[in-house]
Amino acid sequence: MKITLGAVVKGGTSLEYKTGAWRDERPVIHMALCKACGQCIEVCPDSAVYVENEEYGIDYDYCKGCGLCAYECPTDAIEMVHEEK
Amino acid sequence: MVDLQVLEGSEAVAFAVKACRPHVISAYPISPQTHIVERLAKMVADGELDSQYVRVESEFSAASVISGASAAGSRAYTASSSQGLLLMTEVLYASAGMRLPFVMTGVNRAISVPISIQVDHQDTISLRDSGVIQFYVESSQEAYDTHVAAFKIAEDPGILLPVMVCMDGWILTHSYEPVSVMEQVEADRFLPPFRPINFLDVDDPKSWGSYAEENVLMEFKYAIHAAMNYGKKRIKEIFSELAELTGRNHGGLIEAYRTEGAEVILMAMGSVVGTVKEAVDALRSEGKKIGLVKIRCYRPFPYEDIWNAIHGAKVVGVIEANFSMGSEGALGMDLKAKLCGRRNAPLVLDFIAGLGGREVNEGTIREIVQRGMEAHKRGIPLEEPYWAGLDPTMLTQGG
Amino acid sequence: MPAEQMPNHEELFVSGHRACHGCGMALAVRHVLKATGKNVIVVTPTGCLETFTSPYGYSPWRVPWIHHLFENAPSIASGVAAALKAQKRDSVRVLVIGGDGGTFDIGFGALSGMLERGDDVLYICVDNGAYMNTGGQRSGATPMYAATTTDPAGSVSPGKLQRKKDLPAIVAAHGVPYVATASVAYLKDLRKKVGRAMEYHGPRYIQIDTPCPTVWGFPSDRTLEVGRMGVQSGLIPLFEMEDGTITTVRKIKKKIPVEAYLKAQKRFSHLLPVDLWHEEVQQIQDIADRNIEKYGL
Repeated sequence: MKITLGAVVKGGTSLEYKTGAWRDERPVIHMALCKACGQCIEVCPDSAVYVENEEYGIDYDYCKGCGLCAYECPTDAIEMVHEEK
Repeated sequence: MVDLQVLEGSEAVAFAVKACRPHVISAYPISPQTHIVERLAKMVADGELDSQYVRVESEFSAASVISGASAAGSRAYTASSSQGLLLMTEVLYASAGMRLPFVMTGVNRAISVPISIQVDHQDTISLRDSGVIQFYVESSQEAYDTHVAAFKIAEDPGILLPVMVCMDGWILTHSYEPVSVMEQVEADRFLPPFRPINFLDVDDPKSWGSYAEENVLMEFKYAIHAAMNYGKKRIKEIFSELAELTGRNHGGLIEAYRTEGAEVILMAMGSVVGTVKEAVDALRSEGKKIGLVKIRCYRPFPYEDIWNAIHGAKVVGVIEANFSMGSEGALGMDLKAKLCGRRNAPLVLDFIAGLGGREVNEGTIREIVQRGMEAHKRGIPLEEPYWAGLDPTMLTQGG
Repeated sequence: MPAEQMPNHEELFVSGHRACHGCGMALAVRHVLKATGKNVIVVTPTGCLETFTSPYGYSPWRVPWIHHLFENAPSIASGVAAALKAQKRDSVRVLVIGGDGGTFDIGFGALSGMLERGDDVLYICVDNGAYMNTGGQRSGATPMYAATTTDPAGSVSPGKLQRKKDLPAIVAAHGVPYVATASVAYLKDLRKKVGRAMEYHGPRYIQIDTPCPTVWGFPSDRTLEVGRMGVQSGLIPLFEMEDGTITTVRKIKKKIPVEAYLKAQKRFSHLLPVDLWHEEVQQIQDIADRNIEKYGL
């Protein structure tokens, strides 16, 4: 590894660090209860919630298990379960 | 055709800065830097200089404004003295680490307490560890030329460090000398627009100012030192290039003045060099084998060039206007460190002269030479650096 | 999964940063950049935000970003703005996003200088009321009677005796075009205010209340809840000020007593039971009530 000039670093490189390893609990989305309001995507400090083909999902590579998505979900569609290591 | 004018030293610097077309200038007033930044402000106000002039609320901010401007890809300039330079210390270390190539003038002035507005080198010497390149000039013409070279040196892709041109307050900044000023077209040819390697760019977003763990920090710091060492060669090349263009040659990293066959070589930097040269001439005319090494580039420390000039001499008398309390003068220490263990190295003696503006005249130099020669005869180095001109009768017990 | 549907495709503040889980500041920054778009240069002073986004080699910033020192983010920003002007890069705007330590305290002088000069910088303070990066030491933004590590509650002290410095008022006194307060609990409102601020030129200031689960002492999933309580109690008034006049306020739908807010956080746990500390709690309630009256909440 060579050092960069002045310690300047390319942006977006944090994606190489998988903060998902930090979790104690993981959110599980129950689509049956989901009304697609998008609040979960909105409130995640780690941008770890997404929607694909109308299905909401968690990017477990980065999710730290803070539980904000679960707490803020208006229909209680997200459940925090203990992380199996 | 070069234009010769009688200029106040500060004005000469302002003309040099103007010729280099900085995008951003920022400064906080402090004697004796004020005339430089006032002259530049007037140039901007009259539309003669197209720079963004940012009037800040402290020197910390002045150095920070030009750091931000430099990171954003603009050529930038500031100036300060004494307390203001100390206040900039943190910024200068950071910007050297960030490899920002701005230029600044360090107008030399003593440091409080007691407060003094007179000249010595304690202020800029205090910044010698920071990674900022330092030049010391003898005259207003040299100040002009060195500022112009400074931008090119700072921006050299192999260097990329802040450059500080140190010039004595009042003696140079507020006196009038004949100065040749470059034509703008000449200056533009010598110094093309700044082309940064990295800059804050929305099309290629990068992050500046990371924190480094123990596995990389040493390498980053070493890179600064390596850039300075590389700079020694490049600085000489750029000075030569400018000398060729202007017809004025102030020398390389040092100027060796009448050192051939010298037994005692004095070493000094700043405007005092003028006085030392006159003393050397007078002593030479009396048959004494005396010479002078003028330090032009202090950081990086040009010990190879110094060695080439001094190795035949018996004694080197370093004359400096700064002191590291509890130890010695900085230039003396730098030289002794490099000569330590070298075979047949001359005896190095450290003389402290001119603190707080105390007069250094031919008599002072003669006394210094006398003491140096005595020390050499006895074969004993002066234990303590000799504070030339100090009045010990003023001191109370224990100082 | 197609790249454009990956969560990080459109984000300017991507995953992998090292903020604590549930960090209010990280969430706020994500939304600030949604509102500004990519044509911004961001300056951050030393602090949590700087540390968790810049371990060497791992940056979540998809906009150009610079951290220089602790006390000079405003002046670095002024320098960047001056450079952009000189380079005629008109479409690029300058932001500072920094914590309360670097804004209320050590950067205060530089901030005032930037405001006084009228530099074209949007200064966003992500305020968690202490020096959280270093474990939660007291700052000028720490609320009254909060415990911090350098102003702890002890047998002869109830925590910080001084009020939170009213920085929005101080900023407004400089005569700047736009000042606002916001909360990470109200993200749409936050984005709207950032968008509004971007319409102006000159110095603008937004102070965002960003609760810190780690040091305030509440579960990581309650960041927005605690933020809402701060607003609903009146302790965190949300308003906009344009050219010195209050133009919008967020009225409190259902006022809650400050007690509820205090009970939710360990940093106020020394004030429990509130009956024992009713004088101190009343002083906090007075602050809230004064805000409600002053801003018409």
